[in-house]
Amino acid sequence: MKKLINNPEQVVRDMIDGMVFAHPDKLKNLPGTNVLIRAHAPSQGKVALVSGGGSGHEPSHAGYVGAGMLDAAVAGEVFTSPTPDQILEAIKAVDTGNGVLLIIKNYSGDLMNFEMAAELAEAEGIQVAKVIVNDDVAVENSTYTTGRRGIAGTVFVHKIAGALAEKGASLKEVEQVANKVIQHVRSMGVAFTPCTVPAAGKPSFEIGETEMEIGIGIHGEPGTHRTAVATADEIAEILLSRILDDMKLISGDQVAVMINGLGGTPLMELYILNKKVSQILKNRNISVYDTYVGEYMTAIEMAGCSITLLKLDDQLIELLEAPADTIAWKK
Amino acid sequence: MEALNAQIDKQKEYLTQLDQAIGDGDHGINMTRGFKEVINKIHQTAYDDIGKLFQDIGMTLVSKVGGASGPLYGTAFIKAGQVLKGKQGITISELGQALQESVNGIKLRGKSQVGDKTMLDVWEPVTKYIQQSGNTLNIRKLISYAREQMENTKGLEAKKGRASFLGKRSIGHLDPGAVSSYLLFETLCSILPEN
Repeated sequence: MKKLINNPEQVVRDMIDGMVFAHPDKLKNLPGTNVLIRAHAPSQGKVALVSGGGSGHEPSHAGYVGAGMLDAAVAGEVFTSPTPDQILEAIKAVDTGNGVLLIIKNYSGDLMNFEMAAELAEAEGIQVAKVIVNDDVAVENSTYTTGRRGIAGTVFVHKIAGALAEKGASLKEVEQVANKVIQHVRSMGVAFTPCTVPAAGKPSFEIGETEMEIGIGIHGEPGTHRTAVATADEIAEILLSRILDDMKLISGDQVAVMINGLGGTPLMELYILNKKVSQILKNRNISVYDTYVGEYMTAIEMAGCSITLLKLDDQLIELLEAPADTIAWKK
Repeated sequence: MEALNAQIDKQKEYLTQLDQAIGDGDHGINMTRGFKEVINKIHQTAYDDIGKLFQDIGMTLVSKVGGASGPLYGTAFIKAGQVLKGKQGITISELGQALQESVNGIKLRGKSQVGDKTMLDVWEPVTKYIQQSGNTLNIRKLISYAREQMENTKGLEAKKGRASFLGKRSIGHLDPGAVSSYLLFETLCSILPEN
C-alpha cells in the first residue's frame, strides 16, 4: 500500500484537520467529533441539512458544506457509516429550531445509524425529516432486497434541497423537493481497478487487466457483473442505456448530466466519455441543460466513473442555478 | 469480553477478507475497533449488575463500530441488558430470555428475517436452541450447532446489507456478520461451565 498517510487509523482525523486548515472561512470542526459544519453555523432561521457517510468519497460530503448546500457533514471511518452519537452532535449543532433534514444514501449501515440519531434528536425535541437517496440503476429494486444504492446523484439532492432551504422554505417543503430530486435522478457506474481501504492495507477485490466491473458502487464492493474492458463509447452506451430505460425520458425532456470520476480516472477520460453521452442524448432529442464533469463522489483511488442524469423542470432548474459557495460546488 | 476481544482481534483479517468478497471490506477492522473500546470502557468501571455491563457494552459498540454492525451488535447487547438488569448471575433460562430480546432488537433495527444471509441466521437459531435445551444444554453441541448455522449462510443469496447488491453473486460466500456472531457464541461457550 503506497499512500500519503501517517497512520491508517488516523486518516479521517488527519483529513478533517487538513480540510479545516485549508478552508477556515468555510468549515469548522465540531470539537471532539468528526463533524464538519459551516464556519458560521448555525444559520439562523433556516432549515438545516445534514448529510454524511463513510470517508473516502471526497469531496463528498464536507465539500458540499456551505452557503446554498449543506449545514453539516458527518465523516465516518473510511467506507463506514458514521455513528449515531456523531450524527446527533451534527444535528444539534446546526438546528435553529426550524428542523433538520437528514440526507441518507441507501445503505443498511447509513440507514440504521441515521435512524438511531434521528430517534435521539427527536427525543430531545428536535424536528427531524429523512430522505433516502437510491439513484443507482445497476441494482434492481425489489421488495426482497435492500433496494438501490445511493451514489453520485446524492450531490444533486444536496444542491437542490440546500437551495430551497436557503430561501427559507419549511422542513416539509425542503423534504418534498429532496424527494422530487430522488425520483428524477438516476446513475450507474463502472470500475477498472479496485481501491485500497487504508486500514485493510490491500485492494478490496481483484480485477484482471482486461476486465471491468459494471454496476459498481462507491465502496470498493464488486459490481453486478464483470465483462471484458470496452471502449469509452461502448461504456457510455452500456451505462446510459440502463439509465434511460429506467428513466423513461421522452423527446424534448431536459436533463442535467454528471460525469463523475471515482478517484483514479483522469479528467481527459471523463470528457471522452461525455462526448458520447452528449451524442446519445442529442440523438434522442433530450436537451442537456448543464453538464458537470469531475470528481464529486469518489471511491478512494478507484479507476472508473459513473454517469448521472437528473430530469429537470422549472423549479429544479431555478434551484440548480441558485447561488452556492462550498469547497466543491460554486455557482 | 476479554476473550471475545482477543478472538475478534485474532480474526480481524479473516473477517475483513470475507467482507471484501461480498461487502466493503471493513468488518474485521470495525469490530476490532469497537471491542477494543469496550475493553477500555469496562476496565474503568466495577460492575455488580450484568444488565449495566451489557448496556455499556452495547452503547460503546453503537458509538465506536459504525457501519451496519455497530447499531446491530450494539442493539443486541442493549436489549439483552434490559432483561438482565439488576442481576449478578444468570441461569440458562435467563440467558435464553436475554438473547430473545437481542434477536427481537436485531430484527427491528435491521428489518431482517432469518434466511436473508445476515448475522440473524446465527442469532435466532442459536437462541432457540438454548431456550429449548434448558438445563440439558450441552456446550459442545451448541458450538457445533452455531457453526452449522454460520456455514449455512454460504448457500444463501443476500437480501439485506451491501451483499444484497451482488444478488446471486453473493451465493457461495459466508456472511461476515454470521461469522463474527459465531465467534461471539463460540467465545461465550468457552467461558460457560461444561454443564
